[in-house]
Amino acid sequence: MARRVSPRRKIGMTILAWFVGLLIFFPILWTFLTSFKSELVAISIPPQFLFFDWTTENYATIQSQSNYFHFMMNSIYLSLGSTALGLLFAIPAAWAMAFSPTPRTKDILLWMLSTKMLPAVGVLIPIYLLFVNFGLLDSRLGLIVVLFLINLPIIVWMLYTYFKEIPGEILEAGRMDGATLRQEITQILAPMAVPGIASTVLLNVILAWNEAFWTLNLTTSNAAPLTAFIASFSSPQGNFYAKLSAASMLAIAPILIVGWFSQKQLVRGLTFGAVK
Amino acid sequence: MGAIRLEKVRKAFGDVVIIPELDLDIEEGEFVVFVGPSGCGKSTLLRLIAGLEDVTGGKITIDGTDATTLPPAKRRLAMVFQSYALYPHMSVRKNIAFPLKMAGMDQAEIEKRVNNAAKILNLDNYIDRRPGQLSGGQRQRVAIGRAIVREPAAFLFDEPLSNLDAALRVGMRLEISELHQRLKTTMIYVTHDQVEAMTMADKIVVLNAGNIEQVGSPLELYSQPRNTFVAGFIGSPKMNLLNGGEAKKHNAATIGVRPEHISLSTSEGQWKGTVKVSEHLGSDTYLHVESPVHAEPLTVRAGGEFPVHYGDTIYLTPQEDKIHRFDDKGLAIR
Amino acid sequence: MATMHTKSAARAMMAPAVIALLIWMAVPLAMTLYYSTLGYSLYNPISTPFVGFENYSYFLSDPTFVAALTNTLILVVGVLCITVGGGILVALLLDQDFYGVNIVRLLVIAPFFVMPTVAALVWKNMMMNPVYGVIGQFLSSIGLQPIDWMTDAPLLSIIIIVAWQWLPFATLILLTALQSLSEDQKEAAEMDGAGALSIFWYITLPHMSRAITVVILIQTIFLLSIFAEILVTTNGGPGSQSTNITYLVYQQAISFGDVGAASAGGIVAVILANIVAIFLVRLIGKNLDA
Repeated sequence: MARRVSPRRKIGMTILAWFVGLLIFFPILWTFLTSFKSELVAISIPPQFLFFDWTTENYATIQSQSNYFHFMMNSIYLSLGSTALGLLFAIPAAWAMAFSPTPRTKDILLWMLSTKMLPAVGVLIPIYLLFVNFGLLDSRLGLIVVLFLINLPIIVWMLYTYFKEIPGEILEAGRMDGATLRQEITQILAPMAVPGIASTVLLNVILAWNEAFWTLNLTTSNAAPLTAFIASFSSPQGNFYAKLSAASMLAIAPILIVGWFSQKQLVRGLTFGAVK
Repeated sequence: MGAIRLEKVRKAFGDVVIIPELDLDIEEGEFVVFVGPSGCGKSTLLRLIAGLEDVTGGKITIDGTDATTLPPAKRRLAMVFQSYALYPHMSVRKNIAFPLKMAGMDQAEIEKRVNNAAKILNLDNYIDRRPGQLSGGQRQRVAIGRAIVREPAAFLFDEPLSNLDAALRVGMRLEISELHQRLKTTMIYVTHDQVEAMTMADKIVVLNAGNIEQVGSPLELYSQPRNTFVAGFIGSPKMNLLNGGEAKKHNAATIGVRPEHISLSTSEGQWKGTVKVSEHLGSDTYLHVESPVHAEPLTVRAGGEFPVHYGDTIYLTPQEDKIHRFDDKGLAIR
Repeated sequence: MATMHTKSAARAMMAPAVIALLIWMAVPLAMTLYYSTLGYSLYNPISTPFVGFENYSYFLSDPTFVAALTNTLILVVGVLCITVGGGILVALLLDQDFYGVNIVRLLVIAPFFVMPTVAALVWKNMMMNPVYGVIGQFLSSIGLQPIDWMTDAPLLSIIIIVAWQWLPFATLILLTALQSLSEDQKEAAEMDGAGALSIFWYITLPHMSRAITVVILIQTIFLLSIFAEILVTTNGGPGSQSTNITYLVYQQAISFGDVGAASAGGIVAVILANIVAIFLVRLIGKNLDA
C-alpha cells in the first residue's frame, strides 16, 4: 500500500495476527511444553503452562523404552530412498517433456497427475496380498517402492515446471559442443536445475515422511517409520502424555524445520503449478 | 573445409511450410549472410544446417559428406546463439573449454587452445568470472570464443548482435569481420539488419517466406536487384518504387530509384513536389517529398545541410542510368 | 528444437516413468476388480469361488455403507468449509501490515507439516480429553460442561483435526493469490467510492476464485481418503459414526479379512472419487485453464 498504515491500526493488527497465529500453533506449542514435563505434571489440573519443573527424562527414555532411533531411521530411509528412486525416473521424463514436447505431452502429464487421485483403498487389497505373497510385508524396500510410485507424479510435475524455465538454447549449445545425452543432463541441465531439484527433494521428503496410509498398513515393526510408531500411542499403557509429547516433537521437528524453509515449493508442487 | 551444399532442402512443421524447396552453395571460407524480414525462414535454415532441426526433404552436404541425418555434434559446426546460450554455472574458462572436454582432448591441449582464444578475443581479464557477471558484449565474445576453440568447418551466427546496444553493435561487427579475415573459416550469419549484411558479407542470400530471392555480393544486390523485393529490402533508406504513369514512360510496370540517385533543385527538375518531413543526420539530410508521381512521399538524399523547410516546393530529377525497371511480375527488366 | 534424435531419446526417457505408473495404475486395480468378484476371506483362503456381483450387493446394502458415505461427504464438506472460509480470513490477515509477519506465517503454516498420527493423538489426548485436555479444562474453568469429543461428537472431532492440518495449505495458496492482486485495482475501486467490504466482494474475492477452485479440487481429492486420523482416535466409532468409505474398506479387509467385500468396496471408492472429480471439474473447472 502506498499509503502508510496508521500506527494504531498496525498495532491492532499485530495483536490480532499474533493471537490467531498462536491459537493455530497452540497444539504444537503445548506438545513442546508437555514434552518437558513429568507424566504427573502433564495431567495436572489445572494445566501448567510455563512454570513447572522442566525435565528431559522423556527424551532420555524414549530411546531405551521404545527404540525410537529405529523408527526414525526407517522414516529417513523411506523418505530419502523413495525420493532418490523418484529422481532417477523423473529427471529423464521431465527432461523429455520440457525440451522435446509433443502434442501429447500435456495429456501424459495430466494422466500422471491423475494417478495420484486414485483412492489408496482401491488398491489396498492387491498390494497387501502381493506384499504378503512376496514376503514384502514390513520390508523397507517394498515401502520405498510404494512411496516412490505414489509421489512420482508430483516429482515429475515439479521438475517439469522448473526445467521449463531453463532456456532450451543452452542445451542446444551443449549439443553443438558435442555433448552426449547423458552429458547434457548431468553436466549442463542438472547443475542449472539445482534449486528446482532441491525444492522437489524437500517436498518429496515431507510427503514421504508424513505419509500415513501405506506406512500404517504395510508395516508392523521392522520397517515401521515414525508415523506407525506414534500410532502405537493410541492404545497406551498408563500415563503417557509426556512421552507422547516427546516422541511427537522428535517426529515432527525435522519436517517442521524443512517445511518452514520450503513454503513456496509447497504451493508450487501441491497445486500442480496452477498457483504460482 | 567448410563447403556446404543444400539441395532441394524443404522444411515444414506439420502443415505449415516454412521453406519450400531451396538450393544453395556455400564455398569454403565465404562469409555468407542470410537476410530477410521476420519469419522468412533464415533462422530455420541456419538451424537445419546446424542439425538442430531435421529437414522435411532434401539433402545437406558438408565438405562432400552427406550430413542430412547427422546429429549436431558430428557436423563439426559451431554456433553462436542470439542469446549466447552460455553455461551459467561455469566460468568463462570452463565455458570455452567445454566443447574440447566433450571431444576428449587432453588437458594440456585444452588449456593451450582456451588461452589462445582468450587472447584473440581479449577475454583474459575476466576468464574466471561467470557469465552472470559479464556485460552483453563480453558474453558475446565468450560465445564466440567457445565456437573458435573447436576449429570448426564453419561458424553459424544466429542474429548475434541484436541484443546489443547500437554503439556496441558497430564495434562487434568490425570484430567479427576481423575475425573472419584472420581465421578464414566459412561463416554463415543470419540477420534482419541489412546494414550488417551489406557491411560484412562476401555473399548475401536474401530470403522471403522461405524462398531465395537473390544470391550475390553486396554490391551486386545493390546495383542489380533481381526483383522489387530485393530492390526494396537492400539499401537504407528504401528505394523509391513507383508504379503508374512514370513507370509506363520507362516501359515498365514499376520503376525504382534510390534516394541517393535523385538530384534536387529549388528551381527546376523532372518532378515537382512539396517537402514534408526532413531528417537531418548531419552528414546527410533525407527529405520526404510529396509528389503527384507517387502515392507516398518519395525519399531523397541531400548532401550536408540542404536549406529547405516544411512546405517548400522542390524539383527532383532521377539519374537516368540509375533507374531500375521491373515488369508486372516484379522481376527486373535488363 | 526437435530432431529425430531428440525425439527418439525423449520417448526412451519418458518410458520408465510412464511404464511404472501404468503398471501401478492398471495391475492392482485390475486385481481389485478381479477379487471383487470372488468370495474370498483371509480366514478361509483356499476356497475362492466366483460370486459375481454378490460382494457389491453385500457391501452396498450394508447399513454401514450408507453411514460411511454420508460421513465421507460430511467430512469433506466440513473440512472444506473451515479451511476455505478460515483460509480466506487468515490470508487476509496475513496480508495486513503488522509486526512480525514472517513469524506469524511460520506459526500458521506449521500444522501442515505435522504427521497425521501426531496431529490426531495430540488433539485427542492433550486438547480434547474431557478431563485432562486443555479444552476440557478451559470449559470447566468457566463453568461449562466439558465435551467428550471422541464419544459424543466423533465426526466433528475428526473434522476439527483434519481442518487444523489443512488450514495452512489453503491459507498459503489463498495468500499467494491475494498478494498477486495489484494494488491498482483496489485503489481504482476506492476512487470509485467502494468501501472495504465492497472491494473485498467485487474485486478481491473474484480475483481469488481461481485459487479457491484449486484449493477445493486438490483438498477434496485428499479428504476423500482420510484414514490415519480415524484409525488412531475413534476407530470409526462409536459404532460407525466416524467411519468413512476409506475406513470401511479398511475394516472389511484388515479386521474382517473379507477380501471379496473389501475389493468391492475399493472399487466403489474409486467410482465415488471419479464421480466427485468429474462433478467438481465441471462445476468449478471453468475457473481454470486446461
